Amino acid sequence: MENPYLPYPVRIDEIIVETEDRNLKTFTFVFLNPEDEERFAYQAGQFAELSIPGKGEIPIGIASSPVEKGFVKFTVNKAGVVTQHLHNMKVGDIMGIRGPLGNWYPWEGLEGKDLLIIGGGFAFTTLRSSIIYMLDPANRAKFGNIDVVYGARTPGMLLYKEELIEWEKRDDINMHITVDGTDDPDWKYNVGFVPPIVEQKAPQADNGTYAIVCGPPIMIKFTQPVLEKLGYDHNHIIMSLENRMKCGIGMCGRCGIGKELVCKDGPVFTLAEINKTPREY
Amino acid sequence: MIKKIAKDEWASGLSKLAKTYRLFGPVAERGPDGARTFHNFKALAPGELPDLDLGNTRLSAKSLVFPQSEAMFTYTLDEDRDDHHILKEVPADGMSRVAFGIRPCDAKALAMVRMNFDTPEYKDPYWLRLYEATTFVGLACDAPCPTCFCTSTECGPYHEEGLDLLLCAEGEGLLAKAITEKGERLLADAGWEEAADQDLGARKAAAEGCITSRIGTDQLAEGDLLDLHGADFWEDVAFACINCGTCTYLCPTCWCFDIQDEVFKQEGQRLRQWDSCMFPIFTVHTTGHNPRDTKTQRVRQRFMHKLKYFVDKYEKGIMCVGCGRCVRHCPVNIDIRKVADLMNRYTSDAAKAEQA
Repeated sequence: MENPYLPYPVRIDEIIVETEDRNLKTFTFVFLNPEDEERFAYQAGQFAELSIPGKGEIPIGIASSPVEKGFVKFTVNKAGVVTQHLHNMKVGDIMGIRGPLGNWYPWEGLEGKDLLIIGGGFAFTTLRSSIIYMLDPANRAKFGNIDVVYGARTPGMLLYKEELIEWEKRDDINMHITVDGTDDPDWKYNVGFVPPIVEQKAPQADNGTYAIVCGPPIMIKFTQPVLEKLGYDHNHIIMSLENRMKCGIGMCGRCGIGKELVCKDGPVFTLAEINKTPREY
Repeated sequence: MIKKIAKDEWASGLSKLAKTYRLFGPVAERGPDGARTFHNFKALAPGELPDLDLGNTRLSAKSLVFPQSEAMFTYTLDEDRDDHHILKEVPADGMSRVAFGIRPCDAKALAMVRMNFDTPEYKDPYWLRLYEATTFVGLACDAPCPTCFCTSTECGPYHEEGLDLLLCAEGEGLLAKAITEKGERLLADAGWEEAADQDLGARKAAAEGCITSRIGTDQLAEGDLLDLHGADFWEDVAFACINCGTCTYLCPTCWCFDIQDEVFKQEGQRLRQWDSCMFPIFTVHTTGHNPRDTKTQRVRQRFMHKLKYFVDKYEKGIMCVGCGRCVRHCPVNIDIRKVADLMNRYTSDAAKAEQA
């Protein structure tokens, strides 16, 4: 019997400090057994349990993209027991990854549609995975217009800055990068919170437009009315939830929101689906 | 086919079985004066007989397949060893087991909990290995407790679901009814082959008649989940609760668990242990935000899970077998029978109001 609690052993291959407060690092992992990479085949929007023997496990969205091969990447905020330990680990250290877990953004249904991607703070990891996936030459033609609104507190708090600048230069994706505030005179992008930037820059919705929203609760709270104003139906607003998790496979019981389990039935839900739950997240 | 087991054959059959099976059964705990206090399921010592003179065990039979604490993996942190930081599965105990004296309610509960651990996408190897290795020998209830309400939960004192063999007392000896092939094999292995020209129908009806406590559940599936979640009675239901978690630990259908790492020097293990939705830490995020921060939210979660979420998710009735343990042992007398009635009535009242 296959043991769904057994992580794949991995080696830390690279560690990048992402933000100026040094609280976010991106870890690149390589599978110790090359055949495990095949078993870990994932879709943009899924997560995995990063598993550190002696410390425990932590559910983190997969930041690398299914079209990137040979490694997997996770961007981790330093917060609790496991992530603090992870931040002190070094290249070459051995740990585990268990997954991929949960559902993903509904890629099949999104083909042929225009997409508005809204991210805030460090909730941009599975959105990075998604953007890389859609911009891949084999996939770009499958999607319509892509608009991205991504905001952080300051320029130094944006994730994946080099890639953001690359995407800014492309004409097949409309980037709307913003920061809450900055004293950098060379900042040439937007200044303002995510919801008003969405209101100014995002396209009006029609039947063929979907929004994917990931961010802190306060951003989501104020973005929802803006999306409604722009005509986005609750069935067309796609979100990724977080809850405390242990098993990641729908068994341990703690991440339930009504009859739905965030780890297995989610983490991706439409707002229409979330409206039917007691919203205990 | 009903078999008869005389008193002396019982002991000799058990010693035969002990050669090929691990035997488990109710064993009485003893107080300071040596008197029997309450029963729990334990591994039987050589020659020890399961104590079948009981109401029901204090803790449910779930620990037979879902131990309160269980090692999942071991590992070493010693970097001089080649396999450091790589988890290794704890070898499974391959030996067959027999659980004697499990009440029909607990057996049904295990069959129900299987839906959580045995899914199309994932199988929990720890739970399933022990469940499949075990032959469940039930003990029918001829004298149910006053808090039992199993006849309102699609169960009952002679219910056979989840059992391989059903025993009931007959004079000094026992009657045994094989329900599955596993049960028939056990009868043969123990040498209990004397046919009894009897039928359990009348005894079953008499036992069911002894159960006077009932709950209504017929409206639960119809009701709106969010309406019930927002019902006005949850503060009252939870008012006296001290979130001690006793109900969840005693409950045969509660399965929530935690996973923790424990390390001694360089050697570690990953363990899973029972957890409880009554505890605030069960759901607290690393940020400190807790989606079920108040005791009312946690009490509501327990009852909504058993009596509404489970009903909606599986469409197989409520996640309660009516064993009555939580009713008997709640230190502040919260009674699931009353809560079920409140929820059921709230739903039917809402339906009536809509029609009016």
